[in-house]
Amino acid sequence: MILARVVGTVVATRKDPRLEGKKLLILQHVAPGGQAKDAYVVALDTVGAGANETVLCVAGSSARMASGMKDTPVDTAIVGIIDQISLDAETSR
Amino acid sequence: MILGKIVGEVVSTAKHETHEGIKLLLVRPLDLAARERGAPFVAVDTLGAGIGETVLMTQDGWAAMTAVKRMKAPIDAAVIGIVDSIELSPEAGAGRKS
Amino acid sequence: MRLARVVGRVWATVKDPLLDGKKLLVIQPIDADGSDRGAPLVALDAVGAGAGETVYWSGRREACFAFDPQAPTDAGITGIVDNIARGES
Repeated sequence: MILARVVGTVVATRKDPRLEGKKLLILQHVAPGGQAKDAYVVALDTVGAGANETVLCVAGSSARMASGMKDTPVDTAIVGIIDQISLDAETSR
Repeated sequence: MILGKIVGEVVSTAKHETHEGIKLLLVRPLDLAARERGAPFVAVDTLGAGIGETVLMTQDGWAAMTAVKRMKAPIDAAVIGIVDSIELSPEAGAGRKS
Repeated sequence: MRLARVVGRVWATVKDPLLDGKKLLVIQPIDADGSDRGAPLVALDAVGAGAGETVYWSGRREACFAFDPQAPTDAGITGIVDNIARGES
């Protein structure tokens, strides 16, 4: 799973019917210390995440294991909103 | 999923039987500044997307096969949405090496 | 899937039995304009592609599904490209 920050939303009227009513968010990957990385992904939100929140994101076919995602053609799902990350001194440097 | 721009439509007569009747699009990935980056993908389409449109694309095999309802087919990319608009926060892209 | 051009062929007598009777082709990934893009690789052919042809191929484990029974390959040629309609750009 990856850590990412919600940086945007995508609106698509014409989309796979199985995506109807679901929220698509643009996530920028972040390091555990919170630094933005040069990568983004569009993910389906299953937990009600909002702008600028740091989230936990599952990628690949495992995304369909998230709640309500069975048989939905997506490869990335937000499965948690991060409250806090604690790191050892080495990693947070 | 990533955002992409349709740059072409691929026509193929001699193709895998599981690809019969499916439209193939050439989709180039976009970065958060909407710049095209990297090599294009050949992706299956079920939505009638056309050249020049910005789309949502999956690069996962299971998701792509699910999109066209052809499981156990050699399909690893699919267009699953046509983007109307994108809203980005000002911080988006921070950390990008340009 | 990605675009590529067939640039060679590989023969191997000793190989996985599931590869028997199948053609191993060397393909060069290309961009939308036909220019080379990245390093060449070996792909298993599922459609009868030949030298110089532009093809599209599936990668990763999805490539196995191009063959029945599934073959142990991470690149499978799944179509010969007749032409590509392109937008102005």
